Amino acid sequence: MEKFIKHTGTGVPLRRSNVDTDQIIPAVYLKRVTRSGFEDGLFAAWRNDPEFVLNKDVYKKGTVLIAGADFGTGSSREHAVWALQNYGFKVVISSRFADIFRGNSLKGGLLTIILDQAEVEAMWAAVEADPSTSITVDLETRTVGYGSKSLPFDIDDYTRWRLMEGLDDIGLTLKQTDSIDSFEKSRPAYKPTTLPIRS
Amino acid sequence: MGKTLAEKIWAEHVVRAAQGEPDLIYIDLHLIHEVTSPQAFDGLRLAGRPVRRPDLTIATEDHNVPTLNIDKPIADPVSKLQVDTLRANCTEFGLRIHSLGDKEQGIVHVVGPQLGVTQPGMTIVCGDSHTSTHGAFGALAFGIGTSEVEHVLATQTLPLQRPKTMAINVEGSLQPGVTSKDIILAIIAKIGTGGGQGYVIEYRGGAIRALSMESRMTVCNMSIEAGARAGLIAPDQTTFDYIKGKPHAPEDFDAAVSYWKTLFTDADAKFDVEVNLNADELEPFVTWGTNPGQGLPLNSVVPNPADIADSEAREAVERALVYMGLEAGTPLKKIAIDTVFLGSCTNGRIEDLRAAADVLKGKKIASTLRMLVVPGSARVRLEAEAEGLDKVFLDAGAEWRNAGCSMCLGMNPDQLAVGERSASTSNRNFEGRQGKGGRTHLVSPLVAAATALRGTLSSPADL
Repeated sequence: MEKFIKHTGTGVPLRRSNVDTDQIIPAVYLKRVTRSGFEDGLFAAWRNDPEFVLNKDVYKKGTVLIAGADFGTGSSREHAVWALQNYGFKVVISSRFADIFRGNSLKGGLLTIILDQAEVEAMWAAVEADPSTSITVDLETRTVGYGSKSLPFDIDDYTRWRLMEGLDDIGLTLKQTDSIDSFEKSRPAYKPTTLPIRS
Repeated sequence: MGKTLAEKIWAEHVVRAAQGEPDLIYIDLHLIHEVTSPQAFDGLRLAGRPVRRPDLTIATEDHNVPTLNIDKPIADPVSKLQVDTLRANCTEFGLRIHSLGDKEQGIVHVVGPQLGVTQPGMTIVCGDSHTSTHGAFGALAFGIGTSEVEHVLATQTLPLQRPKTMAINVEGSLQPGVTSKDIILAIIAKIGTGGGQGYVIEYRGGAIRALSMESRMTVCNMSIEAGARAGLIAPDQTTFDYIKGKPHAPEDFDAAVSYWKTLFTDADAKFDVEVNLNADELEPFVTWGTNPGQGLPLNSVVPNPADIADSEAREAVERALVYMGLEAGTPLKKIAIDTVFLGSCTNGRIEDLRAAADVLKGKKIASTLRMLVVPGSARVRLEAEAEGLDKVFLDAGAEWRNAGCSMCLGMNPDQLAVGERSASTSNRNFEGRQGKGGRTHLVSPLVAAATALRGTLSSPADL
């Protein structure tokens, strides 16, 4: 995973709440067996609308998505994270994220930041007034900065450390193999197994 | 202080806990399907890692598979590649798989319980958000992303932040014609699609205890629609009886039962939040909007955005009504339906098919609509056929299909056309969920069957 320490870019205001993962990427786009190429499916149903924010030239280069509340509800598809990343987004800001989507994003290096709804609305207004507004997201200081504002955000120390180091979660867990081995020795015999097959 | 059921199961699965780090949690069962696994297997191959516990892993094909002509190669080449990739990965890594044509093939969340590999007190994961279904057995079961699928394949564990706990107490008893689907739709309408975020829900109370296992699965299945990653119900005699005799039921059944009987929330345990609902007051419930929280009793009218003070909520309702093609004030029972879909991991089990068949028996569906009946698994299909339910559906004019996720998410050819309106026993009414431009009303199997007969949203009481 790429390290995430600091990112500076421009914003894309997505003034919608309850953007579910079927809107982020519809199921018909989930058939690829790779981790790339999902950008075509991003917000697919809305991309046909010339007024949709991603279709406006001024927002074409945006890397910070500023979304309404309850972003990423619904399915567990990590393709939603990949579609956002494949398109070029590095950060998503919202007042509330669905649990599974947020977990997926932080595993994959897409930084999801929770700000108060009032702050989200202030950012929408600022970016709409001047789409070239530079936004800096600093994981080191846990702040989002734009214009004269510097907004603190919460992220737990462990996740922050993992993102800043670009660490592979699996590699970290495999260092605990001894603990897993000893846990397995104590598992009760009545716990089911899928093999051998019984019918 | 005592522990809640979720806290007990959590504590029993902590492999390692360290200050300032997520707990490392052992996973008892990992279910796999074709859509969310290929990139995980690629990751294993790249790192040269094996699957740690093939004997705690099981795969089936469900999201992509056609429900017609299953003896022929899958027509869509991209779907075919994804299914072929799963088969090749299972062969390479030595995993059990139930493929199209096998009698155990079906939707992962139907397959686990019918095989008996879903049992109380377990941790169960799958790259699918409706994994919460298995919580009906008193298991801690939740959906994960593909990175986590790879993590579980490699380590049989997951690093997880401890969730908060929510109790939803449903006391009283359901009126005839009201089902567990109506309970969960009413809960989601009450607490909202974000109400359960960060929580594990435990469903409690007399109305929950009175439900069959399959009805309990319907409730737990839609926990994620309220934002909760997991929802569970303490196991009881209903649970034990359901597991007994299943292929993978414990050989030492008594030892297992004596453990399962410890799985309840202690009397002095505290939930972070409690929500109460009275089952006596519930009516058949349907959704009118584009998220599962936008639901009302069937006897209501389409809401009027003008009545909503909050501007963001008002705009969300306005947008939903435009997408759904509905006028404020229209009685829900006047809404004409084009397609009735009976199936999915929410309501594709044998009891669901029986309930719908009971309403349809000897009658004909309205000439203005089509009805698709898609059993949740091949075994459910065989069981239904043995009972003659297939004949009831076919005689009524419905289509009798093979097992899979089908029109719940429209990844296979079973989709709504632009503007087409469904009454669907599935779990999500998101924009375009059942096909681009399609409009979905979530309903119970009883409402689905009555709607099929009348042509407009209806309950059996309207017949």
